[in-house]
Amino acid sequence: MGQIIVMTSGKGGVGKTTSSAAFATGFALRGHKTVVIDFDVGLRNLDLVMGCERRVVFDFINVINGEAKLYQALIKDKRVENLYILPTSQTRDKDALTKEGVEAVMDELRKEFEFIICDSPAGIEKGALMALYFADQAVVVTNPEVSSVRDSDRILGMLAARSRRAELGQPPVIEHLLLTRYDPIRVERGEMLNVNDVLEILAIPLLGVIPESQAVLRASNVGVPVILDDTSNAGMAYADAVARFLGEQLEHRFVKPEKRGLFSRLLGRTA
Amino acid sequence: MRIFNFFRPAQPPKVESSAHHAKERLQIVMAHERASRDGPDFLPLLQQELLAVIAKYVDVDQNKVEVKLDRSNEISTLEVNIELPSRRPEPRRQRAALQGAASTP
Ligand SMILES: Nc1ncnc2c1ncn2[C@@H]1O[C@H](COP(=O)(O)OP(=O)(O)OP(=O)(O)O)[C@@H](O)[C@H]1O
Ligand SMILES: [Mg+2]
Repeated sequence: MGQIIVMTSGKGGVGKTTSSAAFATGFALRGHKTVVIDFDVGLRNLDLVMGCERRVVFDFINVINGEAKLYQALIKDKRVENLYILPTSQTRDKDALTKEGVEAVMDELRKEFEFIICDSPAGIEKGALMALYFADQAVVVTNPEVSSVRDSDRILGMLAARSRRAELGQPPVIEHLLLTRYDPIRVERGEMLNVNDVLEILAIPLLGVIPESQAVLRASNVGVPVILDDTSNAGMAYADAVARFLGEQLEHRFVKPEKRGLFSRLLGRTA
Repeated sequence: MRIFNFFRPAQPPKVESSAHHAKERLQIVMAHERASRDGPDFLPLLQQELLAVIAKYVDVDQNKVEVKLDRSNEISTLEVNIELPSRRPEPRRQRAALQGAASTP
């Protein structure tokens, strides 16, 4: 049976879609059959980040409404084996998702896939609740910034009280912290919460720290998940986080400012 | 960057850094939010019941009630200010202040 993983945050724009695309691609690269689902009904951005926007015919909502079969809506990634995308509708609203409808799709996907990644919309209302409801594990995507940390805590409260596992009295959803858009230079200057502060406040295990990186925007411009840019810090940090999720013990890289040689400092070069 | 700072190693963050403030503020507000997460939000109800009691004795204007909450590390205070109608013809303000203090968990 596949594992359902929700990428959630409460606050918007912290990197859920970027992380969903990276994790899905990372799992698939390691040979795990994976599907990533866009739960952000009405917006639909995952297809752009994954670079499959021109191949969308049917979507998640069509499947729920019985207008298309699941296999017709799944888009197979052209670059990576074992990777599928289930896009969402841009025209309907979040009420189009019903618990029964989502459950039926999840049950079917669980039989086929090892990992099912749910890219949650922002907020703590219906859409976000639907995305986390069926989760076995949650990656709480957080920026080192006050409102994001607070919203993450509220989402943790939702996972503990409003998920299916909570309602059925099953073992709780496994929680992971993914700290994104981390800027070690600003942290060192005392302008940004450091990783230990956030860990102390949220008190859940750290899966990874993704540095603020220009590679992320570049990757989304061209529709290639940043994890495929294995020369970038963000790409390497995502690869590490995926490996940790799969049980490897790896040290956290990119949490300290890079040591730059005297010459590059004198020349004022940036990475 | 000033040239004489150039070769010095970076300083550890000062205690008064903005990140330090961020952490402190988060710890305080989140301790409260976690504590009240499962319980019902009693403030609106408390306000209603208090008003009902006071309304038994004096005629209060619902729009002239002010409820303030201040949460800090040691104690939290709830301040309810109710403006009482003046009894005499010349306008005079009377205020009944009710303060409750509860220690935080
Ligand atoms: N590590 C990073 N470094 C630099 N930019 C980043 C990083 N992570 C995300 N971004 C940028 O932040 C923006 C928001 O990212 P993304 O769409 O993944 O967030 P989201 O949480 O899915 O947003 P929403 O809540 O709207 O769904 C994008 O422009 C993305 O390029
Ligand atoms: Mg998104």
